[in-house]
Amino acid sequence: MKQKTIEIWVGIFMMIGIAALMMLAFKVSGSAGGGGDVYRINARFENVGGLNEKAPVMIGGVRIGRVADIRIDKEDFSAVVGMDIDSKYDNLPSDTGASILTSGLLGAQFVGLDPGAEDLYLEKGDELEITQSAIQLESLISQFMFSQAGKGDNSGDDDN
Amino acid sequence: MLWLQQLGQIGLRFVSRLGMSLVFLIHALYGAVRCLPRFSLVIQQLFSIGVLTMLIILVSGLFVGMVLGLQGYNQLVNFSAESSLGLVVALFLVRELGPVLSALLFAGRAGSALTAEIGLMKATEQLSAMEMMAVDPMKRVIGPRFVAGLIAVPLLAAMMSAVGVLGGYLIGHGQFGVDPGVYWTSMQNGVDFVDDILNGVIKSVVFGFIVTWVALFEGYDAIPTSEGVSRATTRTVVTSSLAVLGGDFILTALMFGGL
Repeated sequence: MKQKTIEIWVGIFMMIGIAALMMLAFKVSGSAGGGGDVYRINARFENVGGLNEKAPVMIGGVRIGRVADIRIDKEDFSAVVGMDIDSKYDNLPSDTGASILTSGLLGAQFVGLDPGAEDLYLEKGDELEITQSAIQLESLISQFMFSQAGKGDNSGDDDN
Repeated sequence: MLWLQQLGQIGLRFVSRLGMSLVFLIHALYGAVRCLPRFSLVIQQLFSIGVLTMLIILVSGLFVGMVLGLQGYNQLVNFSAESSLGLVVALFLVRELGPVLSALLFAGRAGSALTAEIGLMKATEQLSAMEMMAVDPMKRVIGPRFVAGLIAVPLLAAMMSAVGVLGGYLIGHGQFGVDPGVYWTSMQNGVDFVDDILNGVIKSVVFGFIVTWVALFEGYDAIPTSEGVSRATTRTVVTSSLAVLGGDFILTALMFGGL
């Protein structure tokens, strides 16, 4: 085969290969372009449940950032969640509250923010004051069981 | 006593071949650097080992993706988690199947051809003739093939993953009606660029290195008879496949934790 045809074919090969890499980078991972500026805010929870790093941070179901790290405060043993918020959203009121929610009944957990009404905005390194821990299915179930058991006793008394 | 002697013989032969292959690797890398100024040689090799392998990679990638789509959907639907289909297919392909399968196919399709070609060159004394003419076969023959293998395998692996994701989409959306937005979003939320894609690319670079090295060494080291060449070709496919699978275990353990 002539050198020119070979070179054209190799060109096509390289093009397809690079296009495939691009597709993996942008279409599949979708994060190569999203590595823009972020700022870090912290929130203190009693219990983070099954929250993972990289879990989304959402307001009203829209993703505005992600959980960057989860650690424990050595003084009072509360869980501190660091969140990287997209710097596009730099006008979160300083009395914003955070809660750990679950998408669906058994889905992945994420942090939901409820914007407050203050005029001051959250800045890098600020800590959210109003937080609500993850709902734990086990404790909910045990509460329900106890209350049911209590009810059962009461109704038994009534019958007698 | 005899079996002890035989065992020692096998051990000595193994160690000496390992040493020879390392010396060969150093020469080949040096030749690869020196052949870069004449890049047209590399392009010729890219054609014969890259372009001609592309079709089998694309077709098998499509089928692998479609099988992942079928199997994944049928299992996930039991937990009504079919919205994670895109994530499952993409992670399987990008982390494991893309690099590993493309390296195995590359070993079968291009590695064996490399070994046979170089073994035959040796059997017909073309390599000695080159040396007589003061042309270094490491620079003229081995180097360009090495560079081409290193370039081709990561690109082939990326093609396989990309086509496989599309194949999973074809089955997931076309056959089972998974929502396209859900398919792609679950993938984009779950697949990390550095952790998954970049590690997959690193894997495929390592595999390309291993397969090309084994193929070239087996060819260069072949006994210069027709039987020797055929045995060397078989050894290329067996050794490089085993090395890829073993290397995959080590790389996975290093990258994704476990060791």
